[in-house]
Amino acid sequence: MSPANGDAQTTNANMKIKVTVWRQAGPNAQGAFKDYDLDDISPEMSFLEMLDTLNEMLNDRGEEPVAFDHDCREGICGSCGMMIDGVPHGPERGTATCQLHMRKFSSGAHIKIEPFRASSFPINKDLSVDRSAFDRIIESGGYISAPTGTAPDANLIPIPKGVADVSMDAAQCIGCGACVAACPNGAAQLFTSAKLAHLNLMPQGQAERWDRTVNMVDTMESYFGSCTNHGECEAACPKEISIDFIALMNKDFVKAQLKQRRLAGQLFP
Amino acid sequence: MAQAVQRSTVAKIRKDRRKAPWPVEFYRSAVGKKWVMALSGLMLMGFVVSHLVGNLKLYLGREEINLYGEALRDMPGHLLPRTVLLWVVRIGLGAAFAVHIHAAVTLTQTNRKARSKNYQSPRDYLAANYASRTMRYSGVIVLAYLIFHLADLTWGAGPHHLRGDAYNNLVYSLQRPLIASVYVIANLALGLHLTHGAWSMFQSLGVNNPRINAFRRHFARGFAALVVVGNVSFPLLVQLHVVEPTCGKVRTPIADERPCATAIPEAHETAEGNHP
Ligand code: HEM
Ligand code: SF4
Ligand code: FES
Repeated sequence: MSPANGDAQTTNANMKIKVTVWRQAGPNAQGAFKDYDLDDISPEMSFLEMLDTLNEMLNDRGEEPVAFDHDCREGICGSCGMMIDGVPHGPERGTATCQLHMRKFSSGAHIKIEPFRASSFPINKDLSVDRSAFDRIIESGGYISAPTGTAPDANLIPIPKGVADVSMDAAQCIGCGACVAACPNGAAQLFTSAKLAHLNLMPQGQAERWDRTVNMVDTMESYFGSCTNHGECEAACPKEISIDFIALMNKDFVKAQLKQRRLAGQLFP
Repeated sequence: MAQAVQRSTVAKIRKDRRKAPWPVEFYRSAVGKKWVMALSGLMLMGFVVSHLVGNLKLYLGREEINLYGEALRDMPGHLLPRTVLLWVVRIGLGAAFAVHIHAAVTLTQTNRKARSKNYQSPRDYLAANYASRTMRYSGVIVLAYLIFHLADLTWGAGPHHLRGDAYNNLVYSLQRPLIASVYVIANLALGLHLTHGAWSMFQSLGVNNPRINAFRRHFARGFAALVVVGNVSFPLLVQLHVVEPTCGKVRTPIADERPCATAIPEAHETAEGNHP
């Protein structure tokens, strides 16, 4: 699928599109939009393959290719992610950018592509952003603080199916950052609450539930904004994580605060 | 030796602080602030409804609403000296307003910091609606209106004001088209604020359960509609002359209208004092 194919017969099915892409040489460089015409885009291509095609074209022209993050290209790693026509991951609900197909656009479409933006998601280059603030939140959740020995039998701890299902819904979060990108407040509530819920709902997660909640919320708040319940994150999330988890986090945070207060030594540390 | 892990240089949007005692720590956090905001919002909603229900007495006539005004001052009967409970409620509501606004202002600042550079191409919002995106503006309109409203009818800055005669004070005020439109616009803003706020508070308080989740939206819309319809009916019906002052023409100062000034016994003294 080299760009040279475009010189040959273009089948009816192939699309001509125009993309407007944010180009920025480095974290502190001045960025700007740049237009590119692509005339041989197969509707079967994923959005990332379309960008690959663009980059091949730029390579051939001796220009700098567009930097963008990607890894699995099957919607599980959370690397890919960009604003496509003003929506994180593009117009298709419940899909990551890598799962978005060009057939979702009409031929002749003019697509605007911009990196995710938030103060704590600085731009590395072009469409690639530094989402390591998410790692800080995960780290602050801690791990287990006790030696675990060998893996226990899987069925040793009974878990009701409903609990397992909801916990699994939360665990689907791939950490892509679309929720922050979508949020007018640059809040990371959906991500943090999903990470909290998938542990806090499980029996194994109870031991450190309250400390984890306070620590992760605290770290979240040192990098991100505050939720005003727009629900924009839920709509943008490629895994359709529900804002119900945000309510759970809010409830757990208040409970955790009350519990900590009862621990002597925490009142006046 | 393993290479040192490259740490990102992503800056925090707030300074690290020393741990504080529990209530301070709680209110410092944005989640805690939203919780306080939701609770204070709920208190204010309680006020708005009771205020509306009280005002509906306007339609029962002058006696009823003026007696209602008196009854508020007399709460709770002879258990407490007159106006004591009213002042407790007033101070409570004032405090609720103060923390609600403080939280709104500080969280807005946080959110500005968290999105220092905005998108350069147009956003396409999927879920955020007009009400949710204009909370701070509708809130500020409500605040401005509240001050105006207190000046107009509680402190009595208008030319026709007579202490104790809530009925005529209200009707005279709302007969002026400009003032009537202020009341209409402000209550539409309040309705907008509540359309989002009365739903949002459930989330902020963590009141979330699949059984009630659909109800929460309906509740917010219904509540907002009730407040708007009820509160807008007063200026509207006065403008349509369905509700008329019991005495005097629109612009006649009450001082010239002795019968009006003496209708309510408690109002009598004040009225004499104000208009010798
Ligand atoms: C002084 C004027 C006011 C200002 C500046 C103000 C501002 C705000 C702001 C910025 C929010 C957060 C927006 C959001 O959650 O998306 C909010 C929420 C809310 N407001 Fe107000 N407001 C004011 C007055 C009122 C009044 C009079 C009421 C009640 C009748 C009210 C009820 C609520 C409720 C219930 C919430 C939701 C709380 C939450 O989600 O945590 N507000 N307000
Ligand atoms: S909650 Fe959804 S949008 Fe946010 S990081 Fe996880 S998968 Fe991405
Ligand atoms: S590249 Fe892994 S989720 Fe898209």
